[in-house]
Amino acid sequence: MANGVYLGSQYAMIALGLTLIFALMNVLNFAHGQMYVIGGFVTYTFYGQWGVPFVLALFMSCITLAIVGALIERYLFAPVIKGSAREESTMLLAAGIAFLLDALILLIFGEKQRGVPKIVDGVFNWDFRLIMPYDRILICVLAILSIVAFIALMQYSKTGRALRALAQDRTAAQLMGVNVDRYSMIGFALGAMLAGLVGGLLVTITGVNLGMGGPTSIKAFMMVMIGGAGVISGAIWGGFILGFMEAFGLAYLSQYGDITYLLIFVSLMIFLAIRPQGLMGKPWG
Amino acid sequence: MQRRSLVKAALTAATLTAFGATAAFAENPVLKIGFVGVTSGPAAAWGISNQRSMEARAAWINETGGYTIGGTTYDIEIVSFDDQKDPKRAIAGMEKMAQEGIHYVVGPNVDDGAAAVRPVAEANDIMYFPYAFPKELYSAPASNAVLGMIANYQSGPAIYKHLMDNEGVKTVAFIAANESDPLSQRDSGVAAAKELGLEVVSDNVTYQVDTTDFTPVLTPILRTRPDLLVLSGVSPANAPQLLRSARELGFEGMISTETAQDAGVLAEGAGDLANGFISVGGASTPELASPMMNEFVERYTSMFGEYNDESNTKVYALEYILETLKATPEAIDDVAAFQASMDGFEAPNPYMNGDEKLKYVGMTSFGQKRQIAVPLVVNVYQDGAFETMFIARVD
Repeated sequence: MANGVYLGSQYAMIALGLTLIFALMNVLNFAHGQMYVIGGFVTYTFYGQWGVPFVLALFMSCITLAIVGALIERYLFAPVIKGSAREESTMLLAAGIAFLLDALILLIFGEKQRGVPKIVDGVFNWDFRLIMPYDRILICVLAILSIVAFIALMQYSKTGRALRALAQDRTAAQLMGVNVDRYSMIGFALGAMLAGLVGGLLVTITGVNLGMGGPTSIKAFMMVMIGGAGVISGAIWGGFILGFMEAFGLAYLSQYGDITYLLIFVSLMIFLAIRPQGLMGKPWG
Repeated sequence: MQRRSLVKAALTAATLTAFGATAAFAENPVLKIGFVGVTSGPAAAWGISNQRSMEARAAWINETGGYTIGGTTYDIEIVSFDDQKDPKRAIAGMEKMAQEGIHYVVGPNVDDGAAAVRPVAEANDIMYFPYAFPKELYSAPASNAVLGMIANYQSGPAIYKHLMDNEGVKTVAFIAANESDPLSQRDSGVAAAKELGLEVVSDNVTYQVDTTDFTPVLTPILRTRPDLLVLSGVSPANAPQLLRSARELGFEGMISTETAQDAGVLAEGAGDLANGFISVGGASTPELASPMMNEFVERYTSMFGEYNDESNTKVYALEYILETLKATPEAIDDVAAFQASMDGFEAPNPYMNGDEKLKYVGMTSFGQKRQIAVPLVVNVYQDGAFETMFIARVD
């Protein structure tokens, strides 16, 4: 159960950024995993290499990814969306960006697995029934707090309201005076920033390496499909459902071999056959 | 007018540069050696250490005038291809090598890639040096593959025996990633452990390579309380996380692997929790390393910014190819001559102190000499560095 909460909170954060970008721009951002990896490497560089306090390093990951996201939206996605009505154009662009970021990560940060010193030492052990290192508990709490802060931002701030309006009906939002170009860029930057934040948080637990981007994107897509593409609450549900399925599968099914992901994929296929729009999505998109 | 002069000057400079470059390049004929392996994705570290070792050594050779084979001095050019750990790409890479007329290729890095390229290599007279363990690649009738390192079925039993004799290990558990290489390494490790009389208490737990939390993966294994936990075929990316999780879950037994690891990666990813971790080291230790090995490390570091301990082993394949060609110059275009020379080939090992020799081995494992001889160095990690546990030889 505890592992499910821990995995679910980090997965939900990864899925949130992806679903936000999809909701705002109808773009499947295949480079989301690479943005997560860059976030991890930035925290690694500031905290692990230069000894900057962890919170500041995390902040730098957020800022870096927000800038990267804004630039990618402004100079790559926005022109393509304006110039082409075909969805595959943005998909191809996203895939190209993923490859580009992979190459840049290799060039700048190298091929090795990287890790940082633990932010908190010690292990919580409740009579050997519940064992969890304190740093995981802290990261889990920080992830949940970040999710709450994100929801609050979307619900109660002017920017959040504009983003939600944009996600619901782009044309109507424009007619109501929302600066679509500006808020598309802000939304993309926010989505990328979330990827950077979770990358920065998780580098303290899992470390980071060049190859983590692709698998992270795939998992994020799974969560988004479970919860419903473009729906914030769906991403959170999707993240926690996948986290719990993985934790329970590994705990109770490992004796039968590595069938956890097999079952997760089969369940996902059956689920999507019954409810293709996902848990919280609408059939009309 | 001024603009026209500028264009003329630029064209002249470009022409001179091109001719200059050609002239410089044409000083020595070029000998192309291929590399087909994984240089992207989660296992990139394996292939990149190969590629960079070859490039660093080739640059060094070229800088010092080239490499003389049969009275002709060659510049060495490394032609690389990233197979992305995909057998289909590995085949494409080997076909590219064939199209370029290359007869000697280092790689691929993994079992399925090495098996996939075999027909292409054999059809196009290519000798290749994989870092993959399937015995059928190196046993007759196969003859074009040469194992570039120590196989897990050679190092594993040596490690288990040492731990049984010196540490009183009686029970062992295995964990492997759900991929072909780690699973086959686990299976051969289990067989070797049983043959030695160890009790295998867990051998069916696997994990995805992109696992971010190993606590639920390890919990069922650690309940069996093994004396030794073997991380079969573990990649440098997963090893620190597994070590950290195992120790945080309270595991106090020994942990080992038969793959090479990097001390810096372990220090960063697991810190003191990696202390006592046993792995197969690169084929060098401070005591074994010759001045030439130390210079290689310096050159590699200055060229790429950071050394990779795996390159202690990866440096050898290119050296074996060149030294064998030097001993048998006609083999430069004749792979059969190369193969014929392997049984009797012997040359001084420039990377080790003493009278160590470069020679092909593998009679015990493969029935023919299709493995390069590098020392089996078993390391134990302690406080940020590897300490040599024991050194053995493989035939």
